[in-house]
Amino acid sequence: MSAHAETAHHGPASGISRWILTTNHKDIGTMYLVFSLLMLFVGGSMAFVIRAELFQPGLQMVMPEFFNQMTTMHGLIMVFGAVMPAFVGLANWQIPLMIGAPDMALPRLNNLSFWILPFAFAMLLSTLLMPGGAPDFGWTFYAPLSTTYAPPSVTFFIFAIHMMGISSILGAINVVVTIFNMRAPGMKLMDMPLFVWTWLITAFLLIAVMPVLAAVVTMMLMDVHFGTSFFNAAGGGDPVLFQHVFWFFAHPEVYIMVLPAFGVISQIVPTFARKPLFGYHSMVYATAAIAVMSFIVWAHHMFTVGMPLAGELFFMYTTMLIAVPTGVKVFNWISTMFRGSMTFETPMLFAIAFIVLFTIGGLSGLMLAIAPADFQYHDTYFVVAHFHYVLVPGSVFGIIAGVYYWLPKWCGKMYDEKLGQWHFWLSFIGVNLTFFPMHFVGLAGMPRRIPDYALQFADFNMITSIGAFLFGTTQLLFVYILIKTVRSGKPAEQLPWDGAQGLEWSVPTPAPYHTFSTPPVVGDK
Amino acid sequence: MCRLLHLFSLALVLTPAPLLALEFNMPSGVTDTSQSVFNLHMTIFYICLAIAVVVFGVMFWSIFHHRRSRGAKAAQFHGSVVVEIIWTIIPFLILVAIAIPATTTLSDMYDASESDVDIQVTGHQWKWHYKYIGEDVDFFSILNTSREEIENRKKKNPNYLLEVDNALVVPTNKKIRFLFTSNDVIHAWWVPDLAIKKDAIPGFINESWTRIKEPGLYRGQCAELCGKHHAFMPIEVKAVPEASYLAWLEDQKAAKLAEAASAEQDWSMDQLMTAGATVYEKNCAVCHQADGSGVAGAFPALNGSAIVQGDKAGHLDIVVNGKLAKGMPAFGEQLSAVDIAAVITYERNSWDNQTGDHVSPAEVQTLMDKQ
Repeated sequence: MSAHAETAHHGPASGISRWILTTNHKDIGTMYLVFSLLMLFVGGSMAFVIRAELFQPGLQMVMPEFFNQMTTMHGLIMVFGAVMPAFVGLANWQIPLMIGAPDMALPRLNNLSFWILPFAFAMLLSTLLMPGGAPDFGWTFYAPLSTTYAPPSVTFFIFAIHMMGISSILGAINVVVTIFNMRAPGMKLMDMPLFVWTWLITAFLLIAVMPVLAAVVTMMLMDVHFGTSFFNAAGGGDPVLFQHVFWFFAHPEVYIMVLPAFGVISQIVPTFARKPLFGYHSMVYATAAIAVMSFIVWAHHMFTVGMPLAGELFFMYTTMLIAVPTGVKVFNWISTMFRGSMTFETPMLFAIAFIVLFTIGGLSGLMLAIAPADFQYHDTYFVVAHFHYVLVPGSVFGIIAGVYYWLPKWCGKMYDEKLGQWHFWLSFIGVNLTFFPMHFVGLAGMPRRIPDYALQFADFNMITSIGAFLFGTTQLLFVYILIKTVRSGKPAEQLPWDGAQGLEWSVPTPAPYHTFSTPPVVGDK
Repeated sequence: MCRLLHLFSLALVLTPAPLLALEFNMPSGVTDTSQSVFNLHMTIFYICLAIAVVVFGVMFWSIFHHRRSRGAKAAQFHGSVVVEIIWTIIPFLILVAIAIPATTTLSDMYDASESDVDIQVTGHQWKWHYKYIGEDVDFFSILNTSREEIENRKKKNPNYLLEVDNALVVPTNKKIRFLFTSNDVIHAWWVPDLAIKKDAIPGFINESWTRIKEPGLYRGQCAELCGKHHAFMPIEVKAVPEASYLAWLEDQKAAKLAEAASAEQDWSMDQLMTAGATVYEKNCAVCHQADGSGVAGAFPALNGSAIVQGDKAGHLDIVVNGKLAKGMPAFGEQLSAVDIAAVITYERNSWDNQTGDHVSPAEVQTLMDKQ
């Protein structure tokens, strides 16, 4: 273990250049996390606009064209700007610490992957100020609405997506190379903590599908500017081709946004149950199975496009099958809690809420898999409820749980437990108040992506809006807690959680700028 | 545990009726298909609920009993192959049990053969066009809710945003086949009571069918984001007994002949201006705005526009042939000569545009015939 005196010689550069030039995985991890928190608020403020408009029937706040820009940008920013970078931030901090590596394998590449993002999002956000407005075709940008009928800013949108894709691919390559080459001597793949495993699998998914996203936006670019007709039936193309290629990217993408959260939860639950994770091997296999199956279910997003019967049946069956490995994971977490000795600090609260609410999202996903019933659910608020349940109390709660869990090690200070509990309960109430009524309006017939709706949906929409304002405002408390911890938190102990296991807890608190300069020895002792 | 489950499921079985009344749930609809879709939905819902009760039950039981504050000591077991196999196989069997009825329903929904009535449904930004194949009857169906209600200047009526000018009229107890396509972007035609939702895709045709048992008015709306007025293209299906349907078809044909005849009449300036105002509100105001001011960067203003104030031929050309690259549809394919003449006259003599020009339906008809 490197002594503190030794690391002092290689401490961070001072001033702004520390952040611009850094190749340190901890600095880059911090930047990713701060960036994603910022984007959470940018995307969240767009959700505020959406929910304010939907508070009552009628058009009050914004015009429909601006409303569509808000739904589109909200989706893009939350997916590419908030959730994905947050997981990369956690990976940067934790993977080297958890496998006993001194840094990521490709530190300069790491710096580049991060610094692409602020420029990509500055470009994406700048479209709001362009003539014709920002992209308004939904985050799924179906052609030809996003090609022939798109605002001029679509070109900037395409370029921004390309940049985000490059950033993700480079980040993913870095994760794979680090995990394969830099594990501490004696650590076999099947010794790795689950967070590392889930990220390894996620990284492979990213490398596989981000180029597909790049391909589909490039085809759009060609259609818009160079007279091709990939997605234009009049020129021999097919608008449905767009959806197939897009969802071939976007279905694995939804697992990219949740597998690392599975990893985080699989670290936290054993710690606070003070009991080893139940079924480690089956957890790894289940994660891999989910990842492989994510490639053969994409068209369940397109049950209404008029596929042949055989196609519908194939995608219905494969989609239903995904419930099996997902169920295994949930059962394993619960068995880990069973006969444990549990305490309920903030990270554990968020982890338990994750398990419950993600399962609700998973069950509504099973309902959506049934193709004939999906004809009624498709493109309604039922779908909006489903994917927000897996993304907000799923991915986002997973990220928040991870931040509370590892924060004491990162900054050497303890967060205020009482405020943490407040943050949890307000978020928990807010998130359910926001998204649960969406199931009802969706089933009753409210389509998604509409700025105005029929009167029978009014009551539930008002509840949803109130919940959204509560949930959004609560996250300001999270920022306050983080600042308070870093500024004036009580010093954290070397091992802040008595049940925690793993290499990351063996380094001093706070984790020094350079850790594991000499590799630790693990495994057969 | 068993008794608890029993009580719980009993409570749920009793709930669907009030739930339906409050519009919590999917409608069971008015066709055999919609009924079997509803049954599938409720079956899978109850299965999910049962799974949730068991899984969360075990979890909360552990949370309650295995707390450190209650002095729980942690066991150290960490796996069991038998248990893992059991909870892989049981969910799989449940899934197979759901897949069987789902497959049957789906195969039935896909069998659109031997239909009695064929209707082509074409999505347009932002209205539906219905064409009765083999009957020479076709018309547009446009939102009938007033701007005042949408902009909160007038009390909203109970069918706010779900009412159209011309409903789709269909006979009951006949197999109706729909052919869906689109003129511009992708739309989706959705009527929950019929359990039909199908994408209308430009350049491609999708099909679907229904057989409505009950006469009535069934409402729905576009389900696929299709641009800024996606929220404002509802659907009304009016199911009537066959005799009324046939009478209605005859009325439509007669009305069409009368309209063709009126194109040859002389229309006065006042008549044209009145008709033009209606056509403008339905077809043009959505982009160019009611006061002709347009939307900066997206839709040009007509008030003071060079085309509107300039040569009549140029104005006629853009209305009849459109400018697809900019999103302006070719209204020659959508409106009658009378409507086009009226709306052009209206645009050339409204707001600050005071050209005094009078465009006759005959003029428009001549131009359209030439093309």
